[in-house]
Amino acid sequence: MIALGRLKSWEGLLLAILVVVVAMNVMRSPYYLGIDNIVNLFQLSIEKIIVALTMTMIIVSGEIDLSVASIMGLAAVLLGCLFKAGIPMPAAILIALLSGLAAGLFNGFWVAQAGLPSLAVTLAGLIGYRGLARVFIQDHSIGGFPGWFNTIGQQRTVGPLTISIVIFFILFVIVAVTLHGSGLGRLVYAIGNNTQAARYAGVRVKLIKLCLFGASGLVAALAGILYGARLGSVRGDIATGFELDIITMVLLGGVSIFGGSGNIIGVGLSILVILNLRNGMGLANITGDTQTSVVGALLILSVLVPNLMHTLKTKWKERKT
Amino acid sequence: MNWLQRRVRPEQIRELSLLLLIILAVTIFGSLIPYYYTSRTFDRIAESVTIIGIVGIGQTLVVLTRNIDLSVGSIVGCTAYFIGALIAGNNGINPLAAILLAIAMGAVMGAINGVLVAWARVPSIIVTLGTLAIYRGTLVDLSGARTVTSDTLPGWLLNLARVNLLTIGMVRIGALFTIALSMVVIFQIGTTYLRAGRCIYAIGSNPDAALLIGLPFRRLVFLVFVISGALSGLAGFVMLARFGNITVEAGRGLELEVVAAVVVGGVNIFGGSGSVVGATLGAVMLGILEQSLLRLQISEFWRDALLGLLILLAVASDAVILQRLRTLWGRAELKVAPGMPPPVPETEKGVTNP
Repeated sequence: MIALGRLKSWEGLLLAILVVVVAMNVMRSPYYLGIDNIVNLFQLSIEKIIVALTMTMIIVSGEIDLSVASIMGLAAVLLGCLFKAGIPMPAAILIALLSGLAAGLFNGFWVAQAGLPSLAVTLAGLIGYRGLARVFIQDHSIGGFPGWFNTIGQQRTVGPLTISIVIFFILFVIVAVTLHGSGLGRLVYAIGNNTQAARYAGVRVKLIKLCLFGASGLVAALAGILYGARLGSVRGDIATGFELDIITMVLLGGVSIFGGSGNIIGVGLSILVILNLRNGMGLANITGDTQTSVVGALLILSVLVPNLMHTLKTKWKERKT
Repeated sequence: MNWLQRRVRPEQIRELSLLLLIILAVTIFGSLIPYYYTSRTFDRIAESVTIIGIVGIGQTLVVLTRNIDLSVGSIVGCTAYFIGALIAGNNGINPLAAILLAIAMGAVMGAINGVLVAWARVPSIIVTLGTLAIYRGTLVDLSGARTVTSDTLPGWLLNLARVNLLTIGMVRIGALFTIALSMVVIFQIGTTYLRAGRCIYAIGSNPDAALLIGLPFRRLVFLVFVISGALSGLAGFVMLARFGNITVEAGRGLELEVVAAVVVGGVNIFGGSGSVVGATLGAVMLGILEQSLLRLQISEFWRDALLGLLILLAVASDAVILQRLRTLWGRAELKVAPGMPPPVPETEKGVTNP
């Protein structure tokens, strides 16, 4: 019951922050809540928030995937190279997606089957997959993709929305249903809470972890391809350093880094908070690194404040009795 | 139990095997690259190991307590830039004061991490992910994106990177390398023989038990973050002396290289096992690979891909080999333990106690 109360208060906190941030932004610019600006808001970091969805599942299961940004880069670069080699675009996209799946399964094999710590394995992936991307593209840049491919990333084809945003919402629903409405989701929480107990209870821990990392790789590859479509060209250093932003989004959403707790609603709210905060700071002429440091401070405060409140509350109760 | 098993712990064999691996790598690269066994090769590797090695010591202590410090890259960048700007502003500053100031500045930044982790009980990965961004943001803001250039720095600072303290044959040992080496020796001895050092291992091995037997849990966690910050400050100073030109981008991404070195060096990411020397050997291994693959030229773009694969192999072989060795040592201990009933093989247990 207490845990439930704290969980609710967390999302309440995020919602309150969101309302304040949006209110301040609306005061600054009357066009803020216009559909154009909101679409723009999502569009500017659409790739990160797509990957944040699968990262939520990975972290709930008690693992972490640092290699997502490198898989994004690898898939985008592979797509570019295959396109340049004359392979038709749909086939190239398919191969790039499969490469992401393979990279994710490779991580998953070492974590699930060999039992290595995911932090170390995916750190190796972070360096290795980026290196592989560089092997393919060296220091070139590949652009000139067919028009329909760029349209996926740039044009508003579905009403006022882009295809990337539609993909994000579809994935959001899929992850929400998987995590909160299916047996598999309960197993993911069980693994995150106590892997040993889950294993003794007959949960197929290895298979589930393998699938989670595979899904993470596949979705990262998809996000990388969408990023390439939005930019219109790919380079070796595409999406470098995205992993920290993505993990920040998930952790700010109240997902415990130790696994087993947190939910997708919190992550959705935290994504909205971060997007609005960055956009608002952009309106106020605050630049990239300062924006990142404000988000960093928010991340620490989001854990610090509930902790302090909890401590004060217990101290208060002790004094009473 | 034979002599070897009594004298050597499985964890030490791990460092020994890494050392053998380094010798093997050097031999292979030596046969592939002409003029490999020269002082130039040593200089290059020493240069690249110095900074990672110093930061790696602090990271090792933090990882031993089952925490992680991702903010080290930003701390290195901050100290390198701000101390550089300070020295550029008044060239007459005492060299020792400048070094101490760099260390103190890093220690303060580490202390902020430490307070948040130890007393506010925020998970270290969240704290240091946050301060990674905050310290870098502060640096970019306060510096106004200007650059410290070497022509504004006094001569003693720039000469520090070229001074040779010791020459053994063709190998020249520079001042900066000596600083790194002495830090490794000091902290290796400290973690092996000092009470606080052993407590750090105890905390990482079993936090609950460490708390129950009354170890100063929070103070020690705070301490390792301060040390990690202070050593990052020192590394920032070394970076300033070596490069002379410091931009706001200095040290960005360093945290991942340092964690990689620590992991390759056999420090368990879940705390409680590993050593400072191991982490340094990890840094040396990565340095050798980086420089040698660079010298092979054809492989320039393959470097990171190979590096990733190597880290994975190091972690995997480490886990497998160590487990084998531990069972071997465990069996040997069972055989000779005095005053104990003779060991019962696993298969017979079920038969005697149905």
